[in-house]
Amino acid sequence: MKKVLANKKAIALFVLPALILYTIIVMLPVLWSFYYSLYAGTPGLKWEFAGLKNYMKLFSDNNFRQSLMVNLKYIAFVMLGQVGLGLLLALMFNFWLTKFKSLVRTLVFFPVVLPTVAVGQLFAKIYEIQPNYGLLNSLLSGIGLQSLVQPWIGQAKTALGSLIAMDVWVAMGFYSVIFYGALLDIPSDVIEAGRIDGCGGFQLFRYILAPLLRPMIITSLTFSFTGTVKMFESALALTNGGPGTATRSLSMYMYSVSFTYNKVGYGSVIAIFIFLMCVVGSFIIGRFDKKEL
Amino acid sequence: MKKTKKKVTVKSVLIKILILCICIVEIYPIFWMLSASLKQSYEWSAYPAYALNKGFYFQNYVDAWTRGHMAIFFKNSLVDTLISLVFIVIFSVLVGFAVTKMDWKLKGVVARYFQMGIMVPVATALIPLFQIYNRAGLYNTSWALIFSYIAFGLSLSIYLVTGYLRSLPDEIMEAAVIDGCGIYSLMYHIVIPLMKNAIVTVLVLQFFFKWNDLLFSMTFVSDTKLKTVQTGLMYFSDEFGSKNWGAIFASVSMSILPMLILYTILNKTIIEGMTAGAVKG
Repeated sequence: MKKVLANKKAIALFVLPALILYTIIVMLPVLWSFYYSLYAGTPGLKWEFAGLKNYMKLFSDNNFRQSLMVNLKYIAFVMLGQVGLGLLLALMFNFWLTKFKSLVRTLVFFPVVLPTVAVGQLFAKIYEIQPNYGLLNSLLSGIGLQSLVQPWIGQAKTALGSLIAMDVWVAMGFYSVIFYGALLDIPSDVIEAGRIDGCGGFQLFRYILAPLLRPMIITSLTFSFTGTVKMFESALALTNGGPGTATRSLSMYMYSVSFTYNKVGYGSVIAIFIFLMCVVGSFIIGRFDKKEL
Repeated sequence: MKKTKKKVTVKSVLIKILILCICIVEIYPIFWMLSASLKQSYEWSAYPAYALNKGFYFQNYVDAWTRGHMAIFFKNSLVDTLISLVFIVIFSVLVGFAVTKMDWKLKGVVARYFQMGIMVPVATALIPLFQIYNRAGLYNTSWALIFSYIAFGLSLSIYLVTGYLRSLPDEIMEAAVIDGCGIYSLMYHIVIPLMKNAIVTVLVLQFFFKWNDLLFSMTFVSDTKLKTVQTGLMYFSDEFGSKNWGAIFASVSMSILPMLILYTILNKTIIEGMTAGAVKG
């Protein structure tokens, strides 16, 4: 047994191809980003050592600050919407729905499997106002709320909100299924005991369900956070960062700095910033796992 | 007593309506799109957008498939995704097995090294990766996409596979070894069949990740002949003009159809596979 499992040749054969590919394509570029971030210009053309200049630029760059604010708002609202509504849906399925549980679950989960770009194109048409009203505006004007008809993604005021609504719509079902699974794992006599002790709905949630669900809430928040920090595809597909810079995320700003304007060094600094945000944020959320609420 | 009973019924009816509304909100936009993809262009100006299609104008699909190059995009997405999936499964089972069940010094380090990748945002690796492919002459080839898909799919897949393998009892393997199995036949005849569930999970999860990729394909490929469905859709309205809603909807519907069919048949497996990534990762 030992001899078979310690076969050096087999281990090398099993591990090395994947290890090499992973190192070259995932890990090396991350390290390389740090090296790039110390240089200015375009590799191969005008490429000179700039030290920490790129990093200093971050603090005085208004575009960066704007993208950061957009990204932070997006993270906060999408996380809250996805995890909060997901949890709410799961509670409804578990306690109030008696029949059709698996049908409802299947229907609500469906948007999760849709390609992001397809969803973006679909919602662009839902929010449309020119040349024809899209679905939302036509429904609003159909029920007599003409005053609410507006260019949802064409004005800075509502563009980010519209994007957030879309991303919550997509992922809500995903979190509801996760929480529903966790609720099923809670023994029914625990809930029964709470009821007998006189717990109302809210108290039941606050003192019994919430503590039991906490590990799952933390996991979901982390998952939602790492997804929203990267904010790119959905915004690109729905609004392309516009109007103006109203929905331009950090990743999108990084993309245009490095690929449209070819400032690879400065783009790398933003890329590193996104990476650090991801690590630090997940770490902070993970901390709540240990502390008492 | 009677009063509370009545109150419960009113409440339960309200709740049923609420749940129904939620289902409608989640499903109606998709239904609307499918219906809209069959509309002729005059219907958009003559009737409100929420109206159903008056006829079945399949010309939209023909336009999207031929003039919009959807046929090419589909083929590319399918080829790139399938090749990557094969390698992701092979690599993750092999590495997963080596770092859990086999005997060597560095296995803990290697397992953690692979796990680190779960945290890496694609955006962070993108700029250097572009330079690497450019210098290696792989820019604007399908290989750039396939390599990226495989490498970025490994961390989570290996993590999921190791989770399954840990709970696999050693006794089965011991029995096989006593019967004279070498390492390769042990893998092929014993381990892989036992890992069927884990493999299905990895396949489902990675299929959706790869099929939905936009960032890699818009960065590493510029030739229309090599574009995938997602990149194709992004620039679809440029090609058709933003006024041709029918063809745009037809192309979006087409990109959704494989998912719709897969999901109708395999919804339980898909839901389990996709949530496993979050719960275990």
